[in-house]
Amino acid sequence: MALSEVADPQQTERDPVVNNFSIMVATKNGSGSQTANTALLRALFKMGIPVTGKNLFPSNIQGLPTWYTIRLSADGFAARRPRSEIVVAMNPATAIEDYAGVEPGGAFLYADDIKMQLDRTDVAHYPIPAKAISLKHEKDPKLRGYVANMVYVGALAHLLGMQLEELEAALLYHFKGKRKPVDLNMAVIRAAAEYGAANYRKHDPFKVERMDKTDGMIMIDGNTAAGLGAIYGGFTFCAWYPITPATSMPEAMMAFSPGLRTEADGKRTYAIVQAEDELAALGMVIGAGWAGARSVTSTSGPGISLMSEFAGYGYFAEIPAVIWDVQRMGPSTGLPTRVSQGDILKTYFLGHGDSTHICLIPCDPYECFEFGWKSFDIAERFQTPVFVLSDLDIGMNQWMSKPFDYPDRPQDRGKVLNAEDLERLGGFARYKDVDGDGIPYRTLPGTPHPLAGYFTRGTGHTDKATLSERPADWTGNLDRITAKFETARAELPQPIVNKVEGAEVAIIAYGSANPPVEEALARLEQAGVKASYLRVRALPLAEGIKDFVAAHKRVYVVELNDDAQMLQLLRLHLTGVEGDKLIAANLCDGLPLTARWITETILSKEASQ
Amino acid sequence: MTTAAPAAKNVNILGLARTEYKGAPSTLCAGCGHNSIADKIIDATYELGLKQHEVIKLSGIGCSSKSPAYFLGRSHGINTLHGRMPSVATGALTANHQLLGIGVSGDGDTGSIGFGQFKHMVRRNVRMVYVVENNGVYGLTKGQFSATADVGQELKHAGRNELPPLDLCLEAIIADCGFVARSFAGDPRHVTALLKAAFNFPGTAVLDIISPCVTFNDKDESTKSYAWGKNHDERVNDFTFVMQQDEIMVEYEEGETKTVELHDGTQIMLKKLDGKHDPTDRSAAITLLDEARRNQQFITGLIYLNPERASLADAANLVDVPLAWLPETQTRPSRESLDKIMASLK
Repeated sequence: MALSEVADPQQTERDPVVNNFSIMVATKNGSGSQTANTALLRALFKMGIPVTGKNLFPSNIQGLPTWYTIRLSADGFAARRPRSEIVVAMNPATAIEDYAGVEPGGAFLYADDIKMQLDRTDVAHYPIPAKAISLKHEKDPKLRGYVANMVYVGALAHLLGMQLEELEAALLYHFKGKRKPVDLNMAVIRAAAEYGAANYRKHDPFKVERMDKTDGMIMIDGNTAAGLGAIYGGFTFCAWYPITPATSMPEAMMAFSPGLRTEADGKRTYAIVQAEDELAALGMVIGAGWAGARSVTSTSGPGISLMSEFAGYGYFAEIPAVIWDVQRMGPSTGLPTRVSQGDILKTYFLGHGDSTHICLIPCDPYECFEFGWKSFDIAERFQTPVFVLSDLDIGMNQWMSKPFDYPDRPQDRGKVLNAEDLERLGGFARYKDVDGDGIPYRTLPGTPHPLAGYFTRGTGHTDKATLSERPADWTGNLDRITAKFETARAELPQPIVNKVEGAEVAIIAYGSANPPVEEALARLEQAGVKASYLRVRALPLAEGIKDFVAAHKRVYVVELNDDAQMLQLLRLHLTGVEGDKLIAANLCDGLPLTARWITETILSKEASQ
Repeated sequence: MTTAAPAAKNVNILGLARTEYKGAPSTLCAGCGHNSIADKIIDATYELGLKQHEVIKLSGIGCSSKSPAYFLGRSHGINTLHGRMPSVATGALTANHQLLGIGVSGDGDTGSIGFGQFKHMVRRNVRMVYVVENNGVYGLTKGQFSATADVGQELKHAGRNELPPLDLCLEAIIADCGFVARSFAGDPRHVTALLKAAFNFPGTAVLDIISPCVTFNDKDESTKSYAWGKNHDERVNDFTFVMQQDEIMVEYEEGETKTVELHDGTQIMLKKLDGKHDPTDRSAAITLLDEARRNQQFITGLIYLNPERASLADAANLVDVPLAWLPETQTRPSRESLDKIMASLK
């Protein structure tokens, strides 16, 4: 795949750079720039240009700096880039830093009331009269700040050659067809574009052109996709506690469920409860799962910590539940609005004593939707809490995606005995391995049969669920649960593997590392390094990973945490000397990985081989 | 206190004998108040003619929380985590709002580790009977003070308690509980009558039952002892629980009674014993409890009753079929609806 690099900045007549660059807008949190940024993003998307929108925001409601990056990539790459070619500086507090960060050869748009030294000769400068134009178009001082953001949209539209109708359509979409705010914002955009036409001499190479690379595609964030996945999975109960970056998943469920899951008489086929904390949220979800509901919660690292005891309880008492962990940077409160893949080890082993949990790891909104519904089938099939490890980058940023596919199979409610079954069987033993797959049978409370009841407990139990402290009962039970997880290993989403003929090098990655890894593979190929790629999609790790590692000499494990957590799990999984082939390529700085960092890291390590 | 007599001798309205409502033999200490309460739960459910498959039993961790194993052996039961039964109950009884829930907790489970969950469950008005077997002491860990222990109380290993007790009835009323009662494990008839009324209450019914710990806290001077309960029990009211099909069998003198009708048509007829306390008056109930707490008075009775607040399941506007039992046709929206959403995101 071709990679577009910025043209030599010293070149006076530069070839145009079309649909292959990044725009970064620096504003203050709470200034209303989100409308401007999403309108830009959507307009570009509707022009057929593959785009990704990433919001880098502070843990703050108003006033602190925030940056929004739109990447345009004709080749469809969606990863973050370390620097942007076009930088829009609206925040005086960060303007000097933003200016220094412009990619050489790039363009710098700045609010013209920011007093700063503009002395870079490798950058094109364009002042934006944000104050003057917004003053003219908006009488209400409270709204003026919001409208000021549309000035940079108009300036960019002029410089990049965007058609204003595209922006108007995007604003209509944003304001759900309401004419008044659209007209107000469009007036500002037009005025800014006219100002640009009259005053700017374009001396940068960046422009946009209509293409057809987004036909049939959708734009969505991972948390909305996950919420829709839960709805189409037939969730009936959700409990949650507000936490960034997970909140927008239950909020999406609350937004979509009334329209999708209300009966003709106005009654609901679901319940969503905001809990008093994450511990209670999982308690409710476990209670509902025990009673037979498709039950889900969504949280992030600190919530996972609070859920620890219930996770172990659900594992041992064998109760289905689905728990989304939209990962953010820890330890502790850490960087609560920044991404990480730091909960892999903790979540996999969550709980005291021996417990390992089924984890699903989506890499994009499409898989968030897919795992959103599949997770219920898996939880009920294996009667256990299932974790879905998303992260802030996937969950809260805007991604281009193929439309979600409707579930391709009926719901799997697992091994549940009803009254007729009990009559036929003459009873049942709750924790008995009848089928040799480690998965026992359960009954639901409310089953109208005198033999349906049993007593669920977190204490040691016999296969009839009665209290037992006998060593043989204890080990027998845990051995069966282990066997159950071996059954699960083969039935979970298997890794996506691209084995390159003759490659000595391979990459293993997962989750939101996927977009930068895919781009890095193209760069590595250009640099003469052939590399295979395996993307992990579930824990416990698939058996096939062993063969993949065996077929290569050096395997880079790319991930976004400090402890190389997946690499550690892979070492436990691999036998003999295979684990020695693993090389950590991990970073933990709070930002999504970039293809450049992955490529350079692997090339430098390869050079020292 | 009177309720309808069983239809035939030794069987209830379902034709079942009382033994059908038993559970496993108790492993608690002989003489433990909790055993007596388990026995009264058996009586109440037997006499009400509850179907065991329509009841779920829940508990946290501690001596009290073992007791659901000792009654209703045919019901589904769940022994959860220490202090966390309210959240599990909230989920289970929302997933299946047709079930009757009975939770058994202790003063440590409810008053300390689970205090937040207790208050929030009450605030949500999860429809269930929530029994606190209150003995003022941690039994399973051998004799530490709980948050309901008296000021100045002395225990063998724990020494002297300097902190004021939490009053769980007061806490329940403040959290807007609509059925708040206190009783004494040594008064089985009262416990049974309260349980029967509580099972018919359309929200959270909190029963704080003083249940002496014979091993660690049964000294005569302890307000949680059998002796104290027998000598100091001040009943604030008496009541009759009247099921729809029952005839009222007790006559109270006019002016002394108040009838509260529950949504299912059952009635609770209250009789003021001292002529003062009106259990439908929230402020009066709070004052009564606060004064009793200050004066170390042991008051029992149905202290507050208000069936008006909607339960969590009612407020959630759920379909009649329990969420847990809904078929896929009702829980998975159509393919066309997904296509429509996808088109809107293009």
